[in-house]
Amino acid sequence: MMRDFVQVGLVKRSARSLFAALFAMFIVAGCSSSGVPEEPAAPPAEPTQVEPTEPVTPPEPEPSDFGSDNQPVWPGTNRPLDRTFYFDFDRSVIKPADLNALDTHAKILRRNSDRRIVIEGHCDERGTREYNLALGERRSNAVRSYLTSAGVSARQIETVSYGEERPADPGHDESAWSRNRRAIMQYR
Amino acid sequence: MKRSVGILLCVWSQLAIWPDAFGAEPLDTIIIDVGRDQQTRIAVVPFRLAPQVEGLGQMSDVIAFDLARSGDFAPTEEQNMLSFPSIPRDVFFRDWRILGVEYLVIGRAASAAEGNVAVDYHLYHVDTERMLTEDRISASPAKWRDVAHRISDVVYEEITGVRGAFSTRILYVLAENPGTSAASYRLELADSDGERSRTLFQSSEPIMSPGWAPDSRSVAYVSFETGRPAIVVQNLLSNARELLPRFTGINGSPVFSPDGNRLALVSSRDGNPEIYVMNLADRSLRRITRHPGIDTEPSWTPDGRGLVFTSERGGRPQIYQLELTTNLVDRLTFTGRYNARARLLDDGRHLVFVHRVDGVDHIAWQDLEQGDVRVLTETRLDESPSLAPNGSMLIYATQHEGKGILAVVSIDGAVRYRLPSSSGDVREPAWSPFLDALGGNI
Repeated sequence: MMRDFVQVGLVKRSARSLFAALFAMFIVAGCSSSGVPEEPAAPPAEPTQVEPTEPVTPPEPEPSDFGSDNQPVWPGTNRPLDRTFYFDFDRSVIKPADLNALDTHAKILRRNSDRRIVIEGHCDERGTREYNLALGERRSNAVRSYLTSAGVSARQIETVSYGEERPADPGHDESAWSRNRRAIMQYR
Repeated sequence: MKRSVGILLCVWSQLAIWPDAFGAEPLDTIIIDVGRDQQTRIAVVPFRLAPQVEGLGQMSDVIAFDLARSGDFAPTEEQNMLSFPSIPRDVFFRDWRILGVEYLVIGRAASAAEGNVAVDYHLYHVDTERMLTEDRISASPAKWRDVAHRISDVVYEEITGVRGAFSTRILYVLAENPGTSAASYRLELADSDGERSRTLFQSSEPIMSPGWAPDSRSVAYVSFETGRPAIVVQNLLSNARELLPRFTGINGSPVFSPDGNRLALVSSRDGNPEIYVMNLADRSLRRITRHPGIDTEPSWTPDGRGLVFTSERGGRPQIYQLELTTNLVDRLTFTGRYNARARLLDDGRHLVFVHRVDGVDHIAWQDLEQGDVRVLTETRLDESPSLAPNGSMLIYATQHEGKGILAVVSIDGAVRYRLPSSSGDVREPAWSPFLDALGGNI
């Protein structure tokens, strides 16, 4: 029961933000534009009432940008979209291999302008702690700059650096360090 | 100059049962990695405890341990002593001359008025058969360790001419399971020998960069308890904590000025990390650096008129010094590609800092006039050097068997020892100024 409500909520959210989906819904519902509520002011329909409407219409509802954990997925899939981006030692340059995922984040954030993200910056343990706090900030800022350049509103983005204080891997070798030099996007 | 003697001072653990230090592990050894070739031989005879104060720990053990840790002294083991005087008339100098002992400390403790304990002690020079100093200290029995450290301070200064720093405290951060959902970060306060640790603040979010106010009554540190870094000032007497005004981005590296009225700190509110000075009376903030690269890790010149700090303005992290009235900046370090988190010695002419050699971080010392750089440590991931108030030693964080531990090295690099470790990672030590451990409550 709880899960059904969540799914309804997700469908509504993505429909609201996708013009194509909205357009499809207009046709399906046969409503005038004034009949579509912008805000979910009305209580959500009973799941039992929503489900039967779906098979009636041939077009699939636009797949959600977000998975069941409310974090983004690769469009058209259930596959989580990468949210952790790794950096070289003492560097804050985004790797070319990550650009596809970041571009996808930018699209999703533009489509869902109500979603906010926090970008965490992290470092490996080498170097001094306060310097690493600054380096971690530079990494989170690099990701933020990329997203804002791709059209995401700066108001959607917060950054926080944890320096070397929150390692993903507590080890003391290169394999641990390479996992710790990272920026993580957390969707709120 | 150096030799690896690897002395295990487990003899002291046989003399007394040490209470827990640094968490769960009982302190039984401090491992001296490197010692001096020439050490002064001193005997600290077990103090006689009057029946009323028998519950006290053995102060002579604490004193001998203090002196041994300094690296300047080789205390005589109790089993080699020929006699156990506790009052002057029982001292027979030939008993000590035979052992090659140069100095002798004797003492006794008895109950005194108001539930206090009175400790009498005497320091002798064996060769000349002269008493160099004596004193009586009255204190609450709970302060017996403070009494012992006070005696260590007096003995050390009497013999070496350098003020002792045994009656001091250290702050450090103890992290358990960092980066996991079970993470615990604690700000700890302990005696300079690691004993009597207590938790000042605990959080599931990181704690960083603790440091002392010059009056030793409060400390400043960085806490992520709000989900972002904030500078906290905590009073050690009342334990009251105050979060200073926060700005977007980093709020870090708080360091009290020598007069205690200002706080140097780092903020990235204007886009990238810059150094600011906050006037603590009105909380006004003055921006000190203006550079698109990272400027961080400020610390004060001893006269309070300038700052040394880490900056990337030359392309790589190096140490710079800035004059606050003129904003003129001089680069101080030129050896190596990574030099950071510097602290000036009280003479203002020598610097200790983190120095990377072949990709490995060590603690180094530099003579600012001659430019000589001396690498003081040989371990990996050495960081956070903090000077003892007498400048004779510094405490730093390093790794041992995959765990963060604290270690101490003399400023000439000749003496080095590790403090016993706990179950977690111990890091970011900060050595207190001289303080009145006997009279105060810290």
